[in-house]
Amino acid sequence: MEPALIRFDDLSVGFTSRDGRLLPVLRHISLAIAPGETVGLVGESGSGKSTLALAAMGYLKRGLKVISGTVTFAEQHMFSLGGSELERIRGGKLALIPQNSGQSLTPTLRIGAQLTEALRLHSKLDPAQFPARTLDLLRQVRLPDPEAIIARFPHELSGGQQQRVAIAMALAGEPKALLLDEPTTGLDVTTQAHILDLLSDIAQKSGMAMVYVSHDLGAIARVCQRVVVMYAGEIVLEGTPAQIFKNPTHPYARGLLASIPRVSNARLPVALEGRPPAPGEAGQGCAFADRCPIVQPVCRLERPELRAIASGEWLRCHVPELAQGIVMEPMTAPAPVAEASSDTAIFTLSELAISYHQANWFRQLLGQADKSTPTVKDISLTLARGETLGLVGESGSGKSTILKALAGLTPRQSGTIAFDATEDLAANVDHRQPDQRRRIQLVFQNPDESLNPRQTVAEILAQPLRLYFGLSGQALRARMVELLIQVRLGAHYLDRLPSQMSGGEKQRVAIARAFAAEPDVVLCDEVTSALDVSVQAAVLTLLDRLRRERNTAYIFVSHDLAVVRALADRVAVLYQGRLCEIGRASDVYANPAHPYTQVLLSAILEPELAARPKLMAADVQELSPPAKGCACQRRCPLKVGMICETETPPWQTVTPGHSFACHKPNNSMG
Amino acid sequence: MTSAATIPEQSGGRLTKLYGVLKDIMSRPSGAIGLMLVMVHVVVAVASPWIVPFDFKRVDVDLMLMPPDGGHWFGTDQLGRDVLTRTLMGGREAMFVTAIATPIAVCWGGFLGILLGLAGGRIDDGLMRVVDAFLSLPWILVMLLVIVIFGSSMPVLIAALGFFYGVPVIRVARAAAHTVVARDFVVAARARGHGRLAIIRVEILPNVLDALMVEGAMRWSWMLLAFSSLSFLGFGVSPPTPDWGLMIADARSLMSVGPWAVLAPIVALSSLIVGINLTADALAKALGIDRAQKAPV
Repeated sequence: MEPALIRFDDLSVGFTSRDGRLLPVLRHISLAIAPGETVGLVGESGSGKSTLALAAMGYLKRGLKVISGTVTFAEQHMFSLGGSELERIRGGKLALIPQNSGQSLTPTLRIGAQLTEALRLHSKLDPAQFPARTLDLLRQVRLPDPEAIIARFPHELSGGQQQRVAIAMALAGEPKALLLDEPTTGLDVTTQAHILDLLSDIAQKSGMAMVYVSHDLGAIARVCQRVVVMYAGEIVLEGTPAQIFKNPTHPYARGLLASIPRVSNARLPVALEGRPPAPGEAGQGCAFADRCPIVQPVCRLERPELRAIASGEWLRCHVPELAQGIVMEPMTAPAPVAEASSDTAIFTLSELAISYHQANWFRQLLGQADKSTPTVKDISLTLARGETLGLVGESGSGKSTILKALAGLTPRQSGTIAFDATEDLAANVDHRQPDQRRRIQLVFQNPDESLNPRQTVAEILAQPLRLYFGLSGQALRARMVELLIQVRLGAHYLDRLPSQMSGGEKQRVAIARAFAAEPDVVLCDEVTSALDVSVQAAVLTLLDRLRRERNTAYIFVSHDLAVVRALADRVAVLYQGRLCEIGRASDVYANPAHPYTQVLLSAILEPELAARPKLMAADVQELSPPAKGCACQRRCPLKVGMICETETPPWQTVTPGHSFACHKPNNSMG
Repeated sequence: MTSAATIPEQSGGRLTKLYGVLKDIMSRPSGAIGLMLVMVHVVVAVASPWIVPFDFKRVDVDLMLMPPDGGHWFGTDQLGRDVLTRTLMGGREAMFVTAIATPIAVCWGGFLGILLGLAGGRIDDGLMRVVDAFLSLPWILVMLLVIVIFGSSMPVLIAALGFFYGVPVIRVARAAAHTVVARDFVVAARARGHGRLAIIRVEILPNVLDALMVEGAMRWSWMLLAFSSLSFLGFGVSPPTPDWGLMIADARSLMSVGPWAVLAPIVALSSLIVGINLTADALAKALGIDRAQKAPV
């Protein structure tokens, strides 16, 4: 074997708490990365994976310090280097591609200037060659029309294009190793597939080593040759993707895999109960012992050592033979709720259009109508009582906007929303009846934002209970405890502040607050996308149980098709604010009729080795919906012709209840 | 749940929180010094009538501009009055007036600021331009105008200071409210159908209060300076009541002959201002408003 390029040798990193204790964030990490090797670091948030990757650059977040061990890159001890030496290595031989590269690009500099700066700092080229090399780099990351791109500012590029520019900048110094910190998180599935494809190509062609940090097992499976699973600052499992994704030997890895929803399987994923220990909390035994389904007495007493079990596979577990008994199949699917019919419909949207464009006040004064192209247009759909409708689309598809309009938080341009017996619900929540407001509740994406940080759980839950039911005193408390138990928390949470709970617990409180109103419809806006996969599974299970107990209807907005698959009875696919396809989830997923739905489904990454996303759609930026014709005319791989640009596509029925809007006749679809 | 035991205990009681903040302030050198200075001044202001060695009004022409000695520790002024006595008592008026005017300023400025932050849009934009215009006025001239019209009685001073120093509070409260209003928990409260005042009280105020407290402390020190400036110009406290601004004005011309008479009130006033500012800084850090003090992980 070649000598390692990056080597962590018994590295421990920690911080000093307020009461003076030294709390480790990374514990005794030993890992070697060979030149040209692609290594994936996986784990839940707080597992130390990003800290470890950044430590390879000799960088630690403020307040962290090395407790023991060393990090070497190309035979140099990174933590003993001075500032100017580090500067030479960072960005040059060792480059970082951060998660949100849009924020790491200088907003006031044109792309060409930023790349030239990177070249000046890190390449040995003659300055006369910089312009040619800049274009070369942009071509290497497959940006279309590099000559035009160099003259643009970062905000004129889409998220995927910004990420490509960041990759191009990292490549400027011809690095020996790339550190990728969640490089595709926050990008749309189709863009993500393209970026991953690009990265694995670069790795193969250039012989660069890559350290790929991600919580997304699907992405790791796609690009990495070796996978390192981290838990509570330790390496618990290390091996090839084949070893880790087919039949993992560590119970944590098994739990993690089982908690991922799959597009191919309309079942709820199995949640991994509990949460990882905070720094300093892990006792003398195995850090995973508290959550392990096969925990043995020895696990609590003795910390297992990382030992080799097969060729190239390393495991930190006392009882791997028992781990084989942990079932990884997602739980059985419950029967879907009955088909929506008009007499049971609770929401009926007819030709809803929403515009973000504010008509200027002078025109409003003259009584002139707003004629701008609406962001969301022609949305007609129904939601039956107790039904779950999944609203799927990439960012900017208008799915959250529709939810806001239903909640009365965004004015609509035209169209009607019928709610139960009300023919047209007031557009503004302030003008709705109190009882209408009670029956429609919202759950937001990020509980850190949707829960008031200054309120205890009791104060949070008391808000709807006082407002809608006038509860107080003992009755209020009893109801709050009841709600907490329903979301699998307990009375002891009443006095906690949001900052004293984990992400999953906070989201449960947010769900309890929505259900406190005893709603008929709960609007869920990306409710699991801020959570770790294991927690996501628990929240999905909870939502599923609640809707069954109370016959609540959900409109479930998500960019994640697998999550929608686990919960939704029916699915509506949105693109650029227009509906593309709608139908029962089983029909749409099994037999997607609209080209865009096919594109979306083909781009999904699953933690399966055979899964290779097909890159159907062109990776172009969409600025605004086209004024006429089909919404996805610019990206459609199966465009019919001019008709797509001039005429609004007609709705075609595939099977009863499953229809799509396209010019292409259905029978020629794949 | 296993996590129950592992979460650091931090009770939700308001008193315990106040105690925690005080402890945090005292744990910082700047905060400890600042808070001590402020406490000493407050105690002296309250207790001075009983602890001063001489009568503040007693004029003695034989003792004009005596340098500090065993009898008069800080010497005497141009009328032979004891400087120590007058310095100890010289902050009473200023502190009383500002102690009432500061809450007034923070309350009305804070309330209006939050209201504007919540309203947003054109009303917000329009009124903020008015606030900006107000802030660009030379406040001391405007204050003088008010005093010339209404006289320099204590209620007028309190009202004028409370009004003028509430204007900059509007800015701070509005900015703080703006960041809170955009957050989902306020949107959620709106969607549930709570009234505007309930949203301010329950959702916004608790998140703005910290900023307002720090702002209040800063306003207090500015008001003290303003009050002393008015006295210095002869529009605040009238003689023979001892007041730092007045004492500095009176003794200023004799600085070369008897510097003690002017130095003592200057030191007293500055130490109080410095004390308040240090406390406000430490308070901001203790409340986590100061960005440099974020937890490392």
